[in-house]
Amino acid sequence: MAVGEVMRMDIPAGGDLTVTSPELHVLAVDDSIVDRKVIERLLRISACKVTTVESGAMALQYLGLDGDKGASGLKDLKVNLIVTDYSMPGLTGYDLLKKIKESSVFREIPVVIMSSENILPRIEQCLREGAEDFLLKPVKLADVKRIKELIVRNEADDCKTLSHSNKRKLAEDIDDTASPPPPSSSSSSSSSSDDSSVEDFPSSKRMKSELSSLL
Amino acid sequence: MDALVAQLQMQYRNYTASLYQQGFLDDQFTELKKLQDDASPDFVAEVLSLFFEDCVKLIGNMARALDQTGTVDFSQVGASVHQLKGSSSSVGAKRVKGLCVTFKEYCEANNYEGCVRCLQQIDIEYKALKTKLQDMFNLEKQIVQAGGKVPQVDN
Repeated sequence: MAVGEVMRMDIPAGGDLTVTSPELHVLAVDDSIVDRKVIERLLRISACKVTTVESGAMALQYLGLDGDKGASGLKDLKVNLIVTDYSMPGLTGYDLLKKIKESSVFREIPVVIMSSENILPRIEQCLREGAEDFLLKPVKLADVKRIKELIVRNEADDCKTLSHSNKRKLAEDIDDTASPPPPSSSSSSSSSSDDSSVEDFPSSKRMKSELSSLL
Repeated sequence: MDALVAQLQMQYRNYTASLYQQGFLDDQFTELKKLQDDASPDFVAEVLSLFFEDCVKLIGNMARALDQTGTVDFSQVGASVHQLKGSSSSVGAKRVKGLCVTFKEYCEANNYEGCVRCLQQIDIEYKALKTKLQDMFNLEKQIVQAGGKVPQVDN
């Protein structure tokens, strides 16, 4: 059985691990038309594909998480990163983050929160909930470049981990993985082992559990 | 023609530098200019255009919220101020942003006169910025039409 086949069989639809094309598809969520324009340009100039939506509700709709279609149409989406404003009417960025981390299909997609307010408890709350990073507005090119590098590096790490493990059974891999079990946060409590492939991405989980232990 | 280009470029440099010096623009405007290139030559003008439309909309909201004959809902005013503060921050409109900070404080203090004063000042300020930037963009156009390149001016 080829390496590729093993990987693709066990990964949820959100993670196509052929990291040959580094072009990320980013879903940007912001209620401000000015900020949407700016973040879109920042991402495009950083060689990302961008889809912008103006609310958390629309983001869920785009992902197919709004209950209407369920997880259908997923295969075409392949969102690699979600960047969202924190303060939005209706669903806040934090609410959106929670919904994404509660989804067995989308929880592995990194979520970055943006806010114009440097409120430490807010930042901690988002990181605890599983946000990859927190950007202070106004967002600059250097911020986007840093985020992109982080995401690309994480995906490459996940790739490497899997190519090493393809020789062992996946069950053994879960036991052998070095990362400690994630602390009880809402994202990990919902990751019951029906979705065992989550454990195949120790690098992103490890970072989150390390972060959580610092908070 | 070279002399004309050089003269226009100098005019442009001085004018743009003065906008930073006088506090109309800040660092973030410089960041926006980094995002402009031959593929997106009008990016800055487009963003600023959206910003000015936002100003009109939000100032209208604030005016309506303050114009209540009953009790003013200061949180409603504050919500629009917060939005304007965000977008002015994103485009580098320094003076407008500064006024929004003050305005927000008046909202939180339920200070009606303070709010009305801020609203008037913000209206004047965004219009002044709009005019200044129009002059700046015109200079850019003249430079390009004269066959020159628009110089890079950071604060």
